Amino acid sequence: MDPKIDFYKIEKEARMRKKVFGVITYVLLIFWAVIVLFPFYWMVLTSVKSYGAYNSEYIPKFFTLSPTLQNYADAFTTVPLGKYLANTLLFAVVTTAVMLAVIILAAFAFARLDFKGKNILFVIFLSLMMIPNELVIITNFVTVTNLDMRNSFEGLILPSVMSVFYVYLLKENFEQIPDSLYYAAKVDGTSDLKYLFKVMIPISKPTLITITILKVIECWNSYVWPRLITDDENYYLVSNGIQEIRENGFGRENIPAMMAAVVVISVPLIVLFLIFHKKVMEGVSRGGTKG
Amino acid sequence: MMKNIWKNSGLKGWLYLLPALLFLGIFMVYPLIDVFIYSFEEGYNSASQTYFGVGVYNYSYVLHDPYFLQAVKNTFLLVIITVPLSTGIALLISVGLNSIKPLRNLLQTVYFLPYVTNTLAVGLVFMILFKKTAYSDGFINLLINWFGGSSVDFIEGPYWAKMFVLCFYTIWVVMPFKILILTSALASVSQEYYNAAKVDGTSKLRTFMRITLPMISPMIFYLIITGFIGAFKAYSDVVALFGTNLNAAEMNTIVGYVYDMLYGDSGGYPSYAAAAAIILFAIVLTITCINLLISKKNVHY
Amino acid sequence: MEVVLQNLTKIFPSRDRKNREDVVAVSDFSFTIPDGELIGLLGPSGCGKSTTLNLISGLQKPTSGRIFFGEDDVTDLPPENRGVGLVFQNYALYPHLTVKQNILFPLQNLKGKDKLSKEEMGKKAYEAAKLVQIDELMDRKPGQLSGGQQQRVAIARALVKIPRVLLLDEPLSNLDARLRLQTREEIRRIQRETKITTIFVTHDQEEAMSISDRIVVMKDGVAHQIGKPQDVYDDPRNLFVAKFLGTPPINVFDGQVRDERLYIGEDAVLDMKGLSEREVYVGIRPEGFLLQENGPMCCKLSRVEVMGRDISVVAENKASLNPAIRAIIGTENNVNMQQGMVRFALVPRKVLLFDKETEERIKF
Repeated sequence: MDPKIDFYKIEKEARMRKKVFGVITYVLLIFWAVIVLFPFYWMVLTSVKSYGAYNSEYIPKFFTLSPTLQNYADAFTTVPLGKYLANTLLFAVVTTAVMLAVIILAAFAFARLDFKGKNILFVIFLSLMMIPNELVIITNFVTVTNLDMRNSFEGLILPSVMSVFYVYLLKENFEQIPDSLYYAAKVDGTSDLKYLFKVMIPISKPTLITITILKVIECWNSYVWPRLITDDENYYLVSNGIQEIRENGFGRENIPAMMAAVVVISVPLIVLFLIFHKKVMEGVSRGGTKG
Repeated sequence: MMKNIWKNSGLKGWLYLLPALLFLGIFMVYPLIDVFIYSFEEGYNSASQTYFGVGVYNYSYVLHDPYFLQAVKNTFLLVIITVPLSTGIALLISVGLNSIKPLRNLLQTVYFLPYVTNTLAVGLVFMILFKKTAYSDGFINLLINWFGGSSVDFIEGPYWAKMFVLCFYTIWVVMPFKILILTSALASVSQEYYNAAKVDGTSKLRTFMRITLPMISPMIFYLIITGFIGAFKAYSDVVALFGTNLNAAEMNTIVGYVYDMLYGDSGGYPSYAAAAAIILFAIVLTITCINLLISKKNVHY
Repeated sequence: MEVVLQNLTKIFPSRDRKNREDVVAVSDFSFTIPDGELIGLLGPSGCGKSTTLNLISGLQKPTSGRIFFGEDDVTDLPPENRGVGLVFQNYALYPHLTVKQNILFPLQNLKGKDKLSKEEMGKKAYEAAKLVQIDELMDRKPGQLSGGQQQRVAIARALVKIPRVLLLDEPLSNLDARLRLQTREEIRRIQRETKITTIFVTHDQEEAMSISDRIVVMKDGVAHQIGKPQDVYDDPRNLFVAKFLGTPPINVFDGQVRDERLYIGEDAVLDMKGLSEREVYVGIRPEGFLLQENGPMCCKLSRVEVMGRDISVVAENKASLNPAIRAIIGTENNVNMQQGMVRFALVPRKVLLFDKETEERIKF
């Protein structure tokens, strides 16, 4: 190395560079955070502006000094927002509950039981994971229509209760429970079903919670299937409800009321996420994609 | 005795699987076969459930339908613009996120928020942000005016403006997933490699290009593949921005076309819908295969 | 290149909220490493040896103290400007690059007037590979190499820029026993050929003793003793150093000095001229026992293990602090198992006394 190197200068430059990089990084990250958060801010802000105030702002204001909750009252009275919420809640809870029962049994069979054709069946299962929903939804639409289940909760729920991916996820989880536990239970005379409920389900609780949360999110946001299968307002879910509100609800001009409805629809999931954010993010990074 | 029969035949396993198989059979396997049949039945009438003959007319009709071609054009534009952009920005943000300590968890949570919001609902917010009405030019036009530009109606205005909003919103919606996957991929690259590079005097850019990027390349390709698939299936975000009458807005997507053929004012043609859905599936499959081939050559596992 | 460490201290602030005690990883460490020597930093895990290495490489900054390479104060210099080569415990070879690309990597970083042409780089990489005898594996990927080969690639990569100082972090710990012996000879040979000042970290005392010019025995961030391996072994400064060096380890007993004699239990084992009466720890190296019919030290015989080259006598003694004492004797001896007792005489040079309070060595 060259003995004439100015160590002081090198050191200073290195420190400088680090600082500049740090500042750029934070500017970039905070910029994106603003882009993410701004629509939420705007939605809450608009929802507390009064109808008159909003429409008189040719240049939108970034805050309001006279917030009002009138829009929320309107959202619940002028359109059946409460009904939409109740429908969605019912849909999400029942779909998730039935799905859990179905996938737990299936995952248990794949992970723990021996039967002829198991491996081939599992391969078929896995290959079904690649089938896009768009391909099967056409026939399902016709099937449900023919079964006269349009505008009913059965029609909404039944096609949504099976998820090959979650069976796969749960089976992987079940398989990590050591065989010795199963044999120990067998020696004690425990039945398979009892073993499933007393041992496997408690041990796999974290995964089950993750699956539950992801499925609830999926149900809450589902739009396409409910739109196809319901045209009676009494069976609308929030997504269809909001679309209905947009096109026919308050009249196109009452944007503050519309935003109040959007806030009401968005809050439950955001609260759920903030409580379980570690679980949700962990679950999604293990293989969930949106929708 | 009873028990033995159960064990030997493996009936028990099938019994546990029964509900799952039932649902899969009715709502997945049967429709999968049925959709192909539909797509080849010519002149199917959903009211009388009759058809004239078997052939490829449905495909030919769909491929010559200007609405379908518009939908294909829109979908391809959306895919080509949003997939590289969102992956690139997500990479940039994840690298930044990985290099800081304070605020990291908070920002990570904030960035994930769009994932848990209702696409339709937040789409409405984007609509009012971008929309120009008689009463107000809207927030985005306010920004444009600040920088000296003139107002544009992004929702009912020129095609490029509508495409811009759609791409912007799509990127906003898909970013959480990409950031999440990339930050965990970046965090799993051992610190030792970075130390080794540092001792060797490797510049930051070179470290990133020669070490970080190759090491997380499997995850990047995973994101590109799922990104392609997801963007090809775009629909509800489009509805959120432009309403359900997408053909009139010139903003329909292939999936939107399928649903329009199936149901609604222009609906009642399950055969055309089936043909369009199968064409979409073929496109997605082809592109996924090309992606996989490219990734085999370039990804270091 | 001479490396000087001056009052080097590294304190990690506590992250535990309840227990706010800071962790002192390295405490007031001063040491001058002569040019061209191979130094072994030795100690149990968590003793601060790896931190010391990181301070020298520049990956971590010292809390206080200075580091000099020759005349240059490099304390605040980032690692890339120090001219060090570093070999990591897990080798840190880039898995997606071939052996050749891995070795070329540091050279490709050079900028400005140091920049090399492609041919020069290739030549240097080849020379480095030749030195560690992997020149035939240049086109393989690290995943296709054995642990020992990967280790050599890592060394070649560290050497290719001809560093001023070569640093090795537990270089042998991921190799199996036989490879370890082979590779440590290899490191010694490479160091002799290149004459680059080399510092390596290990928890294996045998490894350190066998190839180092000098060893530094560390514990809790403090360098307990520095010296030539044999000197440190023969003349440890305190009980910790004595216990840490040597296999089988030193046997430690409770003992007393009275009437100018050293007692272990009731046996007066050695004469101690000029030492006042006190309680002591007595350390006896396994090779310090001599089998003697009427030797002064009496122990209960447990068993005899034949090692081939010599015999290991395992015995018990009430005053012993180890559960069993182990003596190594020549194969010419015959141990009579019948008696159940065994008597030893002691080699004075192999008997070490330590203060009961301070555990410091008492010379006699």
